Parts: sequence; C-alpha cells; structure tokens
Amino acid sequence: MSVAISFKDIVKKYGDTTVIPELSLDIQKGEFFTLLGPSGCGKTTLLRMVAGFNSIEGGDLGFNDKVMNTVPPGKRNIGMVFQNYAIFPHLNVAENVAFGLQNRKVSKEEQQRRVGEILDTVQIEVYKNRMPKNLSGGQQQRVALARAIVINPDVLLMDEPLSNLDAQLRVDMRNAIKRIQREVGITTVYVTHDQEEAMAVSDRIAVMKSGIIQQVGTPRDVYQRPANLFVATFIGRTNVIEAQLEAGAEGKAVLRIGSSYTFEMPELLPEVTPADAVEVKISVRPEEFVLSEDGLGLTGKVVNNVFLGLNTHLVVELENGQEVEIIQQSAVSTVVDIGRKVTLAILSGTVNVYDASGERNLNRGAHL
Amino acid sequence: MSGRMKRLDIWSLITFIIFAGYLVFLALPLFMLLIKSFFDGTTGEFSLAYFHKFFSKAYYMNAVWNSIKVTVSVTLLSILVAGPLAYIMTVAKIKGSATVRILILISSMSAPFIGAYAWILLLGRSGVITTFLSSVFGIRMPDIYGFSGILLVLTLQLSPLIFMYVSGALKNVDNSLMEAAESMNCTGLRKMWKILVPLITPTLLAGGLLVFMRAFADFGTPMLIGEGYRTVPVLIFNEFISEVGGDDGFAAAISVIVVLFAVAVFLVQKFVANRKSYSMSALNPIEPKKLKGFANVAAHAYVYLFTLLALLPQGYVAYTSFLKTSGKIFVDGYSLDSYRAAFSKVGDSIYNTFMMASITIIIITLAAVLIAYVTVKRKGAVANVLDTFTMLPYIVPGSILGIALLVTFNKEPLVLSGTAVILIAAFVIRRLPYTIRSSAAVLHQVNDSIEEAAISLGASTMRTFFKITVPMMISGVFAGAIISWISIITELSTSIILYTGNTRTMTVAVYTEVVRGNYGVAAALSTLLTAITVVSLLLFFKLSGKKEVTM
Repeated sequence: MSVAISFKDIVKKYGDTTVIPELSLDIQKGEFFTLLGPSGCGKTTLLRMVAGFNSIEGGDLGFNDKVMNTVPPGKRNIGMVFQNYAIFPHLNVAENVAFGLQNRKVSKEEQQRRVGEILDTVQIEVYKNRMPKNLSGGQQQRVALARAIVINPDVLLMDEPLSNLDAQLRVDMRNAIKRIQREVGITTVYVTHDQEEAMAVSDRIAVMKSGIIQQVGTPRDVYQRPANLFVATFIGRTNVIEAQLEAGAEGKAVLRIGSSYTFEMPELLPEVTPADAVEVKISVRPEEFVLSEDGLGLTGKVVNNVFLGLNTHLVVELENGQEVEIIQQSAVSTVVDIGRKVTLAILSGTVNVYDASGERNLNRGAHL
Repeated sequence: MSGRMKRLDIWSLITFIIFAGYLVFLALPLFMLLIKSFFDGTTGEFSLAYFHKFFSKAYYMNAVWNSIKVTVSVTLLSILVAGPLAYIMTVAKIKGSATVRILILISSMSAPFIGAYAWILLLGRSGVITTFLSSVFGIRMPDIYGFSGILLVLTLQLSPLIFMYVSGALKNVDNSLMEAAESMNCTGLRKMWKILVPLITPTLLAGGLLVFMRAFADFGTPMLIGEGYRTVPVLIFNEFISEVGGDDGFAAAISVIVVLFAVAVFLVQKFVANRKSYSMSALNPIEPKKLKGFANVAAHAYVYLFTLLALLPQGYVAYTSFLKTSGKIFVDGYSLDSYRAAFSKVGDSIYNTFMMASITIIIITLAAVLIAYVTVKRKGAVANVLDTFTMLPYIVPGSILGIALLVTFNKEPLVLSGTAVILIAAFVIRRLPYTIRSSAAVLHQVNDSIEEAAISLGASTMRTFFKITVPMMISGVFAGAIISWISIITELSTSIILYTGNTRTMTVAVYTEVVRGNYGVAAALSTLLTAITVVSLLLFFKLSGKKEVTM
C-alpha cells in the first residue's frame, strides 16, 4: 500500500541551529520523488525525518492523513536503502532479504516465496546463498533494494544509493531502480547530489539549498525553466550574463546584451514589461549559444577548445572579458582554432531571464 | 549525520547498572583510600600526618627516587631496544619473522616476576651462567641484584610492548612517503629521522606510557631481584602487609600520592600525544626487503638475540621444571617430581585460578560487549564518564586497587575480604579494558546505518542488538577476552594483596614458592602458566585471524 507524504511547516534543529526552517512539500502516491541539492543542504536530514531516525522539532509529517512525527522507525512500514547499503555482513543474501519478514512474523513458506520473488525481480536469485563479502558493489546494491521492498513498504527511501558505485554501473543501476520502482509502484523518496542521476530516475525533483526548497518540478521543468539562478547553475551547466531589459516596439520587451546585441523576449511575465531599462541576469546554457553567420550577436575570441567526441566545448572570451562556455556537436562543425574571433548568437526562445538578484525567473511558465 | 533520538530504553538501564558497578568497585574504594589517607588511624581525626611523614623521611623519598629511576630507565631502554627491532623487522626480510613475532609476543605475556626469578637462576650469585663463567673462565659477572637486575628483567619483559606498538604504526606508514622523501634527496638516517620518527612519535608516546605505567606499578620484580632496592610498590606492600590494622592509613597515603603522580604522567602524555597525532593508513605499506652482506647478518643477529634473551627466562624455567629434585635442590637427572609436588602441594591454587578466572572472563565478556556498545554507539555525558572509568585501571597500579578494595570491603555493610568475590571484582575491573577496547575497535567499523537498517525493517532494539550487532562484534569480543584471560591468570600485584589461604592463585603460589626457595614447584607452576598462555594465544590467532595483539 503506497501512501502520499506531506510535510507541513517541518522544522529541524540541532541544538540551537536550525537546519530546516518551516518546510512544506507534498509527495504524491506512487511518485518517484527526488531531493536534490549540494551536500549540507538538508536533503538527507529530511529523508531521515521520513524514516524516523531524526526527530522533528516543528510541523507535521503525514503519511496519507496520519501524522507520523513520533511513530518509531520500525512501525512506519518503510523500506530504506542506505548509502553504504548496510547489508548485514554475517547473513547471506536470502537471510538479509528475509530479515524484515521475520520481524513481521511471516510464515516460513511465505518468507521463502516472497524472498524468491523479489530476488527474481532484482535479478540476483543465483546469489541467494552467497555471503555479502563475495558480492560486487552492484550486487550488494540489489540486495539492499530487495531487502527494502520485500516487506511491501508504504514508502521506499533511498539515501544516495548509487554514490559508491563506479560510473558505468551507476547508469545501469539507476535504470534498474527506475524499472523496479515502476513495477512495484511504491512511493519513493530518493536523495542524491547528482543532478544527472536525479533527472534520469525522477518523476519530480525538489532542488534544495540551506534547508530551503528552491524549486519543485519535473526534470524538464528544473532544467529548462529553473526558478532562480541557483537552480540554473546547479542543474546542468550555464553561463550567467548581465543584460538590460528595455521597452521595445509595441510594448514588447527587448533584451540588450553588451552595446549592440538585442533581441525580443516575447515570453516574459506580463508585469515585467518595463518603461525604462532594468538590469537583469540571463542564464544561457552552453548549447543555447550558436556561432553566428550573419555577424549579429556577441563578439569574442576563442580561448580554449576541447574535443570530446560527440561534442566540442569552446571557451570564448567576450569583449567585456567574461568567459562563456559553448557546446557544439562535433559533426556539424570543424574545430574552431584558439584565437579566432567569433560572433555568438543566443537562441532567444530558450534563454531564462532573472531579476538582478537572481532570485526570480521572469519567464512565463517558470513558477514554483 | 547524528541526531539519534534520546530515548529512555533498556540501554539506559544497562548503562545505569554498569555505572553502579564501577561506582561500588572502583570509585568508592579509591574514595575510601583518599579518606583513609587524610584521617588518623587511631583517633579518627583529620590529619596530614601521613603525608608529612612520607615527605619528611629520606627512607620514603628514597623509594620514590628509586621508582622514578627504574621507570624512566626501563621506558627509555625499551624504546631504544624495541624501536630499532620493529624497524628492522619492517624493512628487512628476516628468516622466520612470523615465528619470531609470536615468540616475542609470548615472552611479553608472562608475569614479570617469573622473569626475575629465572634471571636469578641464570645470573644470580649461584646462577648457572655465573658459576659456569667463573669456574671455566674465571670471569666474575657483575651483580644482578638491585637496580641493574630490575632494569634487565623489566626491559626484556616490557620492550615487546613497544615492539608491537611500533610495528603496528610502521605498518600504517605508506611506502610512497618514504619514496617521496627519497625523490627529494632525503635518504638514509636523515630520512628516518625527518620522516619516520615524527610519524611514529605518537605511537612511541602511547607505548611508552604503557611501559611506564607497568614498570612503575610492578611489584614482583623489585621484590625478588631488588634485594633491598625499594621501589614504591614494594614500600606500599610492606607498609600494608607488615602493619595490618595498625597503619594502613599510611599505605593509603602513599597510594594517593602514587595515583596522583600516575595521573599527572598520563595527562602530560595525553597532552603531548594529542598535539602530535596523525591519522594514517597505508595503501602500499613498506615491504620488507632482503638485505645484503653485513647489514643482513647484523639485522638477523639483533632480532634473534633479542628473541633469545626475551624467551630465555621462560625457557629455562620450563627446563628446570623437569629436573629431578631432592628437597629444595635440583639434582642430576630428569623427572616429573616438581609437577607431582605442585599438584599435591598447591593443587588448590590451580583450581582457584581456573575457577576465578573463568567466572571473571564471563563477567568481562558480558560487561565489555555492553560497555563497548554504550560508549561507541550511545555517546553522551554518561557514556563519557563510563569511558573514563574504564581507563582508570591503566593508571591505578594493581596493588593500590587491591588495598583500596580491602579497606572498603573489610567491614559492614559489605564484607568481601578473604572471599573469591573481591578477587573476581579486582580482576574484572583491571582486565576489562582489553576486551572493551578490542570490542569497541570492531564496533567502530560497524556503520550506524546497519542498525538503522534493522530497525527500519521492524526489528526491536534488543532484537537488533542480539541478531545484528552482537554477531558482528563477536570476533573482537573473543579476541579481547582471550587477552583478558591471559592477563588474569598471570596477575600478581592485586592477588598478592587480596588472597587468603582459600583463594590463593597460581601466580601467588609461584611467588611464595620462589620466596621459600622451592624452585621446583615454582618452575612447574610457571611452566603450566606458560603452557596455558601459549594455548590461549594460539586460540586467539585462530579466532581473530590476526598475527598481533593490541594492548
């Protein structure tokens, strides 16, 4: 039985230090939800509050409509996957997976059946009788996952489960996790600091910083319409450039970058059509720059080029001295030599415009 | 991330019970000792007379200087002897080095006074070596009694500790550090002095402290081989035993001074060591290389000579245990007379030792599991105090703990003096730390999330502890328990204070038989002790899969 999870004005304090000030969030039933943020942002703290390992100093944590604040971890019916797997080293694979079932007084036959089933699902049934020390990292990961979901938990919690694996395995495992979660349909809360991993597995992502949620949205939302500059720079790579927003013809907003480069911005919020010029910051992803053929755009000089197979990265120094990063498909162009003068145009439809503080996205359709 | 919920649970109760045990059997006795030292024994009034007496008489101060002289010399000499030994065994391929390590370990596990008595047999006035040299070559050996004898015995007995400590530290020194130094043209002795010595300084300090405390507290060695060279433990023993009922207040006063001194040394060591500690773990440890020519011969000679000297006492004692005896004298020929005599005369001491040590080790195992868990996984104010309590036996000499227990439990409401209970209590307090440390070391490796995993899967606190935590720490517990066991059966300084006719242990029996000149029986008992030690150590190696012991 999956549940919806609600956080209402949740507060976490360690002594006098407030780590999470009044956080509210709703996670839907059956959703794969990811808490994403740099280390120390409070994502693990939040997860451990759901698990019951961290106390809650204010507000309510609810599973469906039941307040869970003081329910001990063992009674929450959660399945948890730990960063270091926390496999019991003295029990074999089957015994590890059966541990939670034994605590639930499930009959021997039932235990065997369910353990067999779940080992089949995570594809490690052949290692059933192995001891953990004879398993690879990825296999241990699967045991941890099987152990967490075999008890039919209401919520599956995962704390950076892939951070101890090497790069290739990480990609394989995240696909496996996503597939298994879809099969069993458990509400899942997933913690990671890896934005690519978050985008690969999640239905929705909450980006956190200093205990505060910066944005909640689908992977596409947080990448294409980041709510503020922090999200824009944390998710993917981006170039932040100073610009001015001016009133153009027919009350349309025009973005001016440097002295001569301007283009219309039709997709801004209605209230931001300015009479006088205002300072703004724009976030341009490396792939949103194109080398201009018609001479219109920002002029600069190539200072570095890196060929990476599929893509080529260019670093261009603009006239004001700022360096920006550009990604081009290697196939469509030859490598641009260092020192060459280039003109960069921006794909105006995708660029994000922020107020001068970087706190607010001025594009239409970029809300929390 | 920390932030475990503070719950009043079964662990609070367990902590409380252990805490109460320490209060009754350690804190209270030490406090009673303090009280006794400040109140006149006959009038019951507050008085500083004992302290005045101690500091004003050259007789007593002399013992203090003797003790300091012995202790400092033994500590320095042990470092000088065992430091190079550990270095050689780390960098050079020595033939049979695994065996050498085990032999050195065995030599350190016996009771020091057995070494003293063996060296008397070897180098004493009528010792075999002395008589051999004087009759064949006419060489007169220097006098072994007094300071030089104590120095010889304690250095050979305690330098293995330094050896084990330094070997352990050297194993954690990454070879790339050495190579880095060499690449910057820092080689040979300069490399050792500039890189290696600073890295192992914290270890030298820790090992040095252990040697210092053991040498300082040792009672049997100066008693046997000192011949009038009085050290403080001898002084305390004489004051306490010879004037029972009369002036144990004075013994208490000396004890208080000794404990304060030991605490001061401990704190200074801690202060210095804390400022110089590094955390190291070697990805590529230093590999022993095969030396060539003279260096190879010298390295082997040094290692073998040390091992031989360290094992000589136990070996010779074992040899004499099989000699034919006539009365108290060894005569030509071999027999098992000494063993027969030992079993018939002091068989009860063998039984006592096994009985009391077994009960002690059961209590120690239980307590160590619980204490290790509380101090490692349930950090807090109470756990910290508990941690300090478990450290105290390192500082308080055994004879002083014995006296403290005796003055506390020789009157109502709790009369324990003369019973096995008081000995067991003393053994538990003194030998618990080995098992705690070994258990805690394993527990430190166990990530908190293992328990959280069990709890999140619905296991209760107790089920988690018994099904998950205990099985994971059991290897450390057993390994520590074996070391505790060996150190219980070879314990002398507390038992000699606490024993009565019914609770005599093997070490006490050996000691009294040596004093009486009954060398055959003493040798048989000592050899038995050595045999048990060796068997226990082999068990330790088998169980722990380790090749060394952490003290």
